[in-house]
Amino acid sequence: MQATSHAGYAGNHDHDSHGHPTGWKRWVTTTNHKDIGTMYLWFSFAMFLVGGAMSLILRAELFAPGLQYVSPEFYNQMLTLHALIMVFGAIMPAFVGFANWMIPMMIGASDMAFARMNNWSFWLLPPAAILLSASIFVPGGAPGTGWTLYPPLSIQMGMGMDMAIFAVHILGMSSIMGSINIVTTILNLRTPGMTLMKMPLFCWTWLVTAFLLIASMPILAGAVTMLLTDRHFGTSFFSAAGGGDPVLFQHIFWFFGHPEVYIIALPAFGVVSHVIPAFSRKPLFGYASMVYAIAAIGLISFFVWAHHMYVTGIPLTGQLYFMYATMLIAVPTGVKVFNWVTTMWRGSLSFETPMLFALGFLVLFTIGGLTGLVLAMTAVDIQLQDTYYVVAHFHYVMVAGALFSAYAGLYFWLPKWTGHMYNEGLGKLHFWLSMIFFNIAFFPQHFLGLAGMPRRIPDYAQQFADFNVISSIGAFGFGFSQLLVLVVVIQAVKGGAKAPSRPWDGAHGLEWTVPSPAPYHTFEDPPVFNQAEAHG
Amino acid sequence: MSHPASTSRYFVPEPSPWPLVGSIALLLLASGAVLMMNSIANGGFVLIGGFAVLAIMLFGWFGRVIGESEGQRYNLQVDRSFRLAMAWFIFSEVMFFVAFFGALFYIRVVAIPDLASPEQAALWEGFRNVWPSAGPAAKDPFTQMHAWGIPAINTLLLLSSGVTVTWAHWGLVANKRQQLIIGLMLTILLGALFLTLQVYEYREAYSHLNLKMTTGVYGSTFFMLTGFHGFHVTLGVTMLTVILVRAMKGHFTAERHFAFEGVAWYWHFVDVVWLGLFVVIYWL
Ligand code: HEM
Ligand SMILES: [Cu+2]
Repeated sequence: MQATSHAGYAGNHDHDSHGHPTGWKRWVTTTNHKDIGTMYLWFSFAMFLVGGAMSLILRAELFAPGLQYVSPEFYNQMLTLHALIMVFGAIMPAFVGFANWMIPMMIGASDMAFARMNNWSFWLLPPAAILLSASIFVPGGAPGTGWTLYPPLSIQMGMGMDMAIFAVHILGMSSIMGSINIVTTILNLRTPGMTLMKMPLFCWTWLVTAFLLIASMPILAGAVTMLLTDRHFGTSFFSAAGGGDPVLFQHIFWFFGHPEVYIIALPAFGVVSHVIPAFSRKPLFGYASMVYAIAAIGLISFFVWAHHMYVTGIPLTGQLYFMYATMLIAVPTGVKVFNWVTTMWRGSLSFETPMLFALGFLVLFTIGGLTGLVLAMTAVDIQLQDTYYVVAHFHYVMVAGALFSAYAGLYFWLPKWTGHMYNEGLGKLHFWLSMIFFNIAFFPQHFLGLAGMPRRIPDYAQQFADFNVISSIGAFGFGFSQLLVLVVVIQAVKGGAKAPSRPWDGAHGLEWTVPSPAPYHTFEDPPVFNQAEAHG
Repeated sequence: MSHPASTSRYFVPEPSPWPLVGSIALLLLASGAVLMMNSIANGGFVLIGGFAVLAIMLFGWFGRVIGESEGQRYNLQVDRSFRLAMAWFIFSEVMFFVAFFGALFYIRVVAIPDLASPEQAALWEGFRNVWPSAGPAAKDPFTQMHAWGIPAINTLLLLSSGVTVTWAHWGLVANKRQQLIIGLMLTILLGALFLTLQVYEYREAYSHLNLKMTTGVYGSTFFMLTGFHGFHVTLGVTMLTVILVRAMKGHFTAERHFAFEGVAWYWHFVDVVWLGLFVVIYWL
């Protein structure tokens, strides 16, 4: 490792040499958090392109009413794989990639607590991706149930469903191992002096996210295991004839599923909580309230699941309870939005690409959050359940929320990872194209939903045609704009202006005290944590 | 700068092939299972191949960890990491059982009463809200599993095994190897006895009580809950056996023996799950 002497970083180099294998062997055997983070990020981007291509098949079919390119069955299969791949293959691994790269550097640890298991968490993803994508080619095709896998349809599906079930099991193992690793790293490997309440916010969001994953992934595993035994071993969990109930699956699924949306959202909050202060050149407003809000969101997310089930015949008292409980989540979420905005208040703002994506996140995620509140109202949701309003809502949260935040993080930390500044012009172009096309693609879907267009269909009535044309044009524009980020990243990896150790003058945290690119092994000994780097 | 010995140096393992081997094993296991469940040629071989690769991986990986541990490469910080991780792992296991306990609760409190309600009378005539139930379409009569036979004996066995494993731990911390080894042997014996009785119970259920996986929701919840528990007992016994072998080889010291404690925690977890099962599956 290079000799470095930076503020707050006391190097100590009396170690054995850190030879590691090269070529492909380096990547499959690595125990280095940076290598593993890099693999997570590339895997995530590859899956993003696959899932994106599938969504464009959907949008092509929806360009005009009638059936043009694909059969309804194939539409459903693409829809299901698109969602599973985007959620489990693109968004979640992207934030795990950030966690791997940044958490050890932020807390002053040399690596993750369990470096070998860390590698396994990553290498479990390819088998799951293979199972999911191979399911397209088996008799009966991929599962066509939607990502929610509801029975009885999921019980009647062909063997593609079994492959998806095992893929979910493997993804669950990966998430649980990754989360145990992250929790342990955060709780046990912080540098002396960094108390929990001085820890960077990104670490806080991941601590709560990891808790949500450890608590909810096993529930999903249980749900799909029951599906599997209902399919092949004659159990009756979801069959009324045997005394079971298909609605039971929905309860179990959403007991996992709602925390899952915060598993996607919380790390996104974490990234934005670093980017906004850095480009406002002010400390984050209300650090403690941010921490409490994260914890509150994490906790409440386990008690709202049946807002996805208002029309399943749950009792009125149940509807009321779940409505109010859901609205309660708006309180801590509102606290966060308030704090981000207040951080910018009277800051000396500048608008480099990371900040642009963070602001895009702030505006569009808030829209998605507000449509969420609309959907939380039972009486309204009974009208809007399973319409395009819902599709618009969750794409605002997951694309403009999680994905934009991931881009903010990518541009923010790219100089630290590669040692080079990225091309700011291309970055800004990427932002503006994404921002514009995203809204063209998804904003009209609110109107479609309000007008009654159902989701998960390849064909629709004539009166929905105009908005669908607009939406499809936006989707293709958005999709192709994403190739820009590939160009930007490859350029930055290959060369470009040298990045200083702290390329953003307003950024604080231990990760900015080490050189760019960060040395292969960052903190061989716990660094001195000084107050100036506190509060991310 | 100087730091206390326990934190001055992090432990980061060398590059390792085992994660990839483990992933290949899981891919084979999943593919084999899919092929078998859909009666497609030779799925069984793929499955067996998967188990073989998994076994190789487990031996290789754990062998490595044990070597590192005995080679004094783990400092106190690593020890704390192990403890945290084991606790969270057990929590995740608890949540897996929560899904099945939750299903049982829902079926007894919501699904069955609903199927027997007057609104459903047209669909399922004469179906009554009683437990155990195999659902409104059930034809074969079956007999319920009673709590105070084998299950009660099994409760005693597991509870005593919790005592013996603690006694073994006392032996370890007091440097009494003999007590450690005997305690572990007794624990393994009790666990194995438990499993034998469970196999016997399952055979009874299938041959005399007409109680099967396919016996509606009662059969589903009974076999899935007790089955997954039995699987965890099997894992526990296996891990205890590894610990026993290590104890006989002279591993562990009175101060440092996380592996023993981790397995003991796991064993207590299995024990507690059983108490839950005994109450809600057999008794109530
Ligand atoms: C290029 C951007 C994207 C486009 C154009 C797009 C488009 C679509 C379309 C057309 C559907 C099907 C709607 C229906 O027929 O009901 C859909 C469903 C869905 N998408 Fe996307 N999507 C994009 C990105 C994402 C991302 C990044 C995520 C997640 C993190 C995501 C998650 C989902 C989910 C969960 C569904 C629901 C599937 C279901 O109904 O089971 N999408 N998307
Ligand atoms: Cu929800």
